Amino acid sequence: MSATELPLSSEQIKANRNSKMTFTEWQVEDKRFYALLAVIGLFVLAAAIAFFYVEHYGHYVTGMNNQVVWGMPHVFAIFLIVAASGAANIGSLGTVFNKKEYQPLGRLSLVTAMALLLGGLAVLVLDLGHADRLIIAMTYYNFKSIFAWNIILYNGFLVIMAVYLWSMMDRRKWANEFYKPAGYLGFIWRFILTTGTGSIFGFLVARQYYDAAILAPLFIVASYVFGTAVFTLALVFLHKFSGKELGQSIQNRLRYTLALFIALVLFFELIRHATNLYATEHHGVEAYILSGGDKITWLFWVGQILLGSLLPLVLIWLPSLRNSQKALLSAAALAIFGGFSQLYVIIIGGQLYPVVLFPNATVESTFSDGEIATYSATLPEMVLGVGGVALSLLLIVVAVKVLRLLPERLFDE
Amino acid sequence: MSNLIDRYRRKFLGGLGITAGAVTLAPGILLREVQAKPDDEAVTNKVRWGMLIDTNKLPDGGDGMVAACKKEHGWGDDPHSSPTQQSQWVRKVTFKDKLTKHETSLPVMCQHCETAPCVDVCPTGASFKRADGIVLVDKHICIGCRYCMMACPYKARSFVHEKLENQKPHSPRGIGTVESCTLCVHKIDKGEQPACIEAAPPKAAVFGDLNDPESTISKALAKHGAQQIRADLGLNTGVRYWGI
Repeated sequence: MSATELPLSSEQIKANRNSKMTFTEWQVEDKRFYALLAVIGLFVLAAAIAFFYVEHYGHYVTGMNNQVVWGMPHVFAIFLIVAASGAANIGSLGTVFNKKEYQPLGRLSLVTAMALLLGGLAVLVLDLGHADRLIIAMTYYNFKSIFAWNIILYNGFLVIMAVYLWSMMDRRKWANEFYKPAGYLGFIWRFILTTGTGSIFGFLVARQYYDAAILAPLFIVASYVFGTAVFTLALVFLHKFSGKELGQSIQNRLRYTLALFIALVLFFELIRHATNLYATEHHGVEAYILSGGDKITWLFWVGQILLGSLLPLVLIWLPSLRNSQKALLSAAALAIFGGFSQLYVIIIGGQLYPVVLFPNATVESTFSDGEIATYSATLPEMVLGVGGVALSLLLIVVAVKVLRLLPERLFDE
Repeated sequence: MSNLIDRYRRKFLGGLGITAGAVTLAPGILLREVQAKPDDEAVTNKVRWGMLIDTNKLPDGGDGMVAACKKEHGWGDDPHSSPTQQSQWVRKVTFKDKLTKHETSLPVMCQHCETAPCVDVCPTGASFKRADGIVLVDKHICIGCRYCMMACPYKARSFVHEKLENQKPHSPRGIGTVESCTLCVHKIDKGEQPACIEAAPPKAAVFGDLNDPESTISKALAKHGAQQIRADLGLNTGVRYWGI
């Protein structure tokens, strides 16, 4: 790095931000806004009903059982939580890496991140056997549990992002003093947060498909894919819905960020599976995931690899599709589908494969030992999961409507 | 003075009488390995409860022990839960060696690990190990996250999927919480043996204090050794087996 490229001083950054950026609320007709709100609200309402239904009857109305203890709600919850960390990356690029092109999007990035985290946490909490005991989760801590740490990491993330956002938005000088420190802290916190989420599985010695340190970095790179994809869709939607122009250069930047991290996820997955395939003790679970032939295998090869990774890469890098917004949106949507497939394979697939009690033997029992378990999500689980996504979207659209989060102009100059 | 001597004499004779009486009338009580713990006395780590199961002496592979547990705690017949959602505190597992084709059946329940993964991962500390080595769930602070079920290498834990009625007063079970073998802690604290041990064929299962070198279980373990399921995980289980 040459001397001229040294990070800008906080005064310079403030000057840049103040001189070039004007922010505005989401300029959309009231009628259209409330119609949108109503549609999203219906999904949130449906999720609330689903929650009370499961709360009233118990988890027997779900597809989850004593073999597959975490189901579809967890796929949604973890997707949203991991995506939250990635969505805040746009803010980090502007603050920590001084990328000026991203600075106008910082506010939206942080709000999207907070909204995604809240949506994910809502699903996670509402699926608990005792959601009513949330206060216990907040007051009783076992610090050897990565789950307990995650509670602190998630709450801390919300606080840091809120301060970070405030330091961006408040025009008073002393508020701006917090901009850089909050940005750096948020950047570091994101890494720790996603490491913690990946370690929920990485720290599990019991199951063949987990118990691997690589799950933490895998979740970190995946967070960039999920977060960038969700942010891209949200940004384009917010502009289209209000009939505003969105510049090509920012879309191209998002396009390449997405592609880079999709490639990195593929690399980490390759290493993870290759390591497993090398160790005889993991041959069983790898054979099940990669070639078992049931929906997990399809979700891995077709969902995650083909449609969720390779096709988006083609859409992004095919010269004839350069500057095509449709290609970018398709790539982002496919990457999200790939992300859900990936998490389904990890979370559900990892549980469907039996716990190994006796490694050199064939095992059977009346409790599914030695056999592939079964799981299919029931309607309340799906509705609860989709409701988490809807809650995130609801928070985003309300936030952009009432706060000045969107840059006045984002078209190329 | 003579009065004082008389008093001493009476006291001495009385003490002798009580001792003699105790030895002749109730030798069983005094020699019992499992002693009742007064309710107001804290559990200590001086004892570590454990059990040893000889799979060669279980002609039914442990079915009788499973049935006894089910009867004692009342799990397994929850009206609405599907078969895979039913609780299963202990189950009979049959395994056949891939090379030798030797087949063995054994009852598998919570192994009451010294370093229990379920205790490590529990966010609230609801999953805990009592000082005497019994791994339990505090159902008042279990939030039903099921992380312990993900973490247990023995798949020993179950989640209660529905509201329950008419539960056993000594073994409360609750919707939305996780449960597993309690080693019949309610019986142990009264000086009794776990239900599965009582139901096992003679000499097929021993329960006792692993910390006491003079206990039957410790002597048997010292003389013949024993196996743990998934010993590679290094969890130092309280449940040991012969013949696996």
